[in-house]
Amino acid sequence: MNDGQTSNSGGRAAHSPKVLREAIVEIVSDSGEGAQKAGQSFATVCAKSGNGVWTVEIIPAEIKPPARSRAGASGIRIRLGSETVTNMGDEADLVVGFNEQVLYGRIMNSAFREGTIILLESKWATDPDEQIRDMYASAVEDFHRRGLIVHELAMHEACLAYTPNPQLGKNMFVLGMLCWIYQRDVELAKKEIVSIFAKKGEKVIGSNIALLEGGMKFARENLTYCFDVPAMKAKRDLIVTNGNQAVGLGVMASGMDLVSMYPITPATSATHYLSGVFQKAGGFIHQAEDEIAAIGFAIGASYAGKTACTITSGPGLALKTEFIGLAVMAEVPLVIVDVQRGGPATGLPTKIEQGDLFAALYASPGDAPKVVMAAATIEECFHMIITARKLAEAFRTPVIVLTDANLATGQTPFPRPRPVEDWMEAPIDRSPWPEGLAPYAWDEETGLSRRPVPGQRGGQYVLTGLAHTGQSHVAYDPNANQLGCEMRSRKIAALAQTLVAPKIHGDDSGDLLVVGWGSTIGSIEEAVDRVRGAGHRVSSVHLRFLSPMEPGLTEMFGRFGRVMTVELNYSDPPQGFWGNPEYARRAQLAQHLRAQTLHDVDYFAITPGQPLTPGQIERVILAKLGEMGVVERGAAVATA
Amino acid sequence: MFGLKTDWSLDVLPRYFTLEDYEGGTARWCPGCGDHGVLTAVQRICRDEQLLPEQTVCVSGIGCSSRFPHYMKTYGFHGLHGRALPVACGVKSRRPDLKIWVATGDGDCCSIGAAHWVHAIRYNMNMVVMLFDNNVYGLTKNQTSPTTRPGFKSNTHPRGAFLPPLNPTLTTLSITNVSFVAQTVDWNPVHVYATLKRAYDHPGLSFVRIMQRCPQFTPMVFEDAQRDPSLILLLEDPKGVVADEAGTKIYKNRLAHDPGDINRAREVASREDVIPIGLLYANPDNPRYEDMSSVGVDVTIEDKLAALDKELGRFAI
Repeated sequence: MNDGQTSNSGGRAAHSPKVLREAIVEIVSDSGEGAQKAGQSFATVCAKSGNGVWTVEIIPAEIKPPARSRAGASGIRIRLGSETVTNMGDEADLVVGFNEQVLYGRIMNSAFREGTIILLESKWATDPDEQIRDMYASAVEDFHRRGLIVHELAMHEACLAYTPNPQLGKNMFVLGMLCWIYQRDVELAKKEIVSIFAKKGEKVIGSNIALLEGGMKFARENLTYCFDVPAMKAKRDLIVTNGNQAVGLGVMASGMDLVSMYPITPATSATHYLSGVFQKAGGFIHQAEDEIAAIGFAIGASYAGKTACTITSGPGLALKTEFIGLAVMAEVPLVIVDVQRGGPATGLPTKIEQGDLFAALYASPGDAPKVVMAAATIEECFHMIITARKLAEAFRTPVIVLTDANLATGQTPFPRPRPVEDWMEAPIDRSPWPEGLAPYAWDEETGLSRRPVPGQRGGQYVLTGLAHTGQSHVAYDPNANQLGCEMRSRKIAALAQTLVAPKIHGDDSGDLLVVGWGSTIGSIEEAVDRVRGAGHRVSSVHLRFLSPMEPGLTEMFGRFGRVMTVELNYSDPPQGFWGNPEYARRAQLAQHLRAQTLHDVDYFAITPGQPLTPGQIERVILAKLGEMGVVERGAAVATA
Repeated sequence: MFGLKTDWSLDVLPRYFTLEDYEGGTARWCPGCGDHGVLTAVQRICRDEQLLPEQTVCVSGIGCSSRFPHYMKTYGFHGLHGRALPVACGVKSRRPDLKIWVATGDGDCCSIGAAHWVHAIRYNMNMVVMLFDNNVYGLTKNQTSPTTRPGFKSNTHPRGAFLPPLNPTLTTLSITNVSFVAQTVDWNPVHVYATLKRAYDHPGLSFVRIMQRCPQFTPMVFEDAQRDPSLILLLEDPKGVVADEAGTKIYKNRLAHDPGDINRAREVASREDVIPIGLLYANPDNPRYEDMSSVGVDVTIEDKLAALDKELGRFAI
């Protein structure tokens, strides 16, 4: 455990909880054993108890991978703390493992450290299959060698007292164990069970509560330690969602008429969530025949004066590219949510990456300026949809909102939004169309124009993807195309004029500025806080707007000795392969910032398919400081 | 009701639309192109039905015939190659009040847009879909299309097209929830008008394949049928396409065909010895997607806020 305020009793004194500032807990199982459900319930209980919480799902690529396989590890990590928790943290403190093989899946991901407590299902020790017995025995030995603290527990057997099929019920038993280990209020857990199984009836609820209580009893009798992570002092009016639910709620809060989609991981769960509730909020979900039709349908609805969005992931974004270009060219308002995953091609469908920045910014042929924003937190997944809708309409443009797999499946509490009517107002001015007004009567300064909508008398025009004049007539005159391009670009510049400089985390000047975007904010800021705590002059800044970019970056970068981005996408080593930096391919934001600011922006960017941990970033920062000569190289490595 | 309202003449300002009210400038198709005739037929239907120009939307893809919306004085959407149907369906989805005409070509619909074609037929949203089938890619200058006949020499197949052509009528008749399929020929404006009018009257997606010649690249296709009217098979039924006899009397080869019989429709559509024209199939009772997709359009902001508040409550801790 990460020691916070310690209690004298330590971990050994039975049933006297050791007080911790935070804890990282994992439940790891084969797919289909309910680890995620148990973990989410535990997280909700913690959040309801007033703790800061962040969850990350551990998802294999297949629905039912072979049992007891390393790559089949399925489960969840819950980081809970006495303060707000913004990321998944470093290595786990306590892990419940349903079998020993899936734990290797986590070891491969460097999820454990020396001293991590492993509560391991022991039934494999007596499995009828000799091979399984041997695998189990050698794994336990290996875990000890790795410095893990292994407790072999007969959880399966204990569950038999409450259910004939422990594979289905063990998760609630584990929830009970965790409730005892972390001294949670059992009533909160019972409420969770009631809500999860509400549709299945009293009997199912009853047996799961019995499992929960059985788990608590089992932990009390078999473990000699327990912990307490005290709640935050100020309790606010909070909600807990994952990022995709937040997107779904944002869609409703923005008064969206239509969500048009095609199934794709990890975006689809946003529409799964919406499908149950959207109609009550006056909206419709269209499941299209493909990604192209999904955006075409949304564009059709938007053209007809309805607010529309499409939600997708990388491969879908690629397919939608031509239509995004049309929306830019013909100035159709549209919100496009891209829940990023690993790419290119099918890539890493269930894993996190920030690799779609270039695709979002530049994918269309020709010059296709549009608005691109990136949500940094789950809360921003909600609010950014509302902002995006308003920007799309005000600037008559498609707006791409980037989120990622980490936000999509992570859960954390955030202040309950207070929706207002203005968020949902009808999209366009429906007053009669002024006689003689062109469908693209561009304002020379801002490129903005009023949009006619079918049904509006006198506004009849033909929207076209061809280069066109302000009348939407096909441009045969070469100057007309130049003018159209300029007007579309001016809109983006006009939006840039309205943005404010991003806030710096830390001091306004120093040795190193770390620049991030998207879901890495929590890990970056935690890492920056750690090195600042050690006396280093490091700050960070997080960008929400990627097109247009927020103002003041060039000047800001000049106040730091070095600037580097930290990203989850691919980059060559900065010195290049074979020592030739000329050919080094840079991280996406770094490349973009270099072009926009002419600043020599360094980068750290990798594609592990999992979130960056604060510890990882801390080591990167220290290494950079060492390279700069700000701290001695040896000292930096030693600290890392 | 007569007698109940005495001041009707004060607030009902008559708007009478002439053909000119639907004419959006001079069409730039080649002289002799069949597209001109179809455009005129649609403008006449709009006039005869007194469609409000602002309530009428013409949607198209890319190709010669997809320039169609530019020549109408209604709302128009000239989008991407192959993608007219998803856009048209999207327009209709939350605005069932709009009258929609879709113009698409044999390359646009049956090749690059084939997936959307299949699914739009299944969605069965109320609109008229006109397939301008001239057996060739015209705008990109003479390439083989899915409906090009074997042996036809194009720029992509100079030794002649190899594969047998796709039959769009038969294909459409095989799609689940198909609700209206008709055929007509561009050189008979009377029949074109009657067919499109019947399509307009049908409540659902009306798919009309219009056989055409491209004066530039395929002037010879259908030449035999033009020269010899007995190669046309006129489908007759009181519920079918009822054209003015003055325009159809040259067709002696006729078949009484019940448009309610899908199996017969598929048989007729399969015939290669003659070109069947008229209504092959119509079923006004098929489910229409807009009946589902437009649910909720009238939900008030207060109700939306209430629904959202309830949802946020579900996530509250």
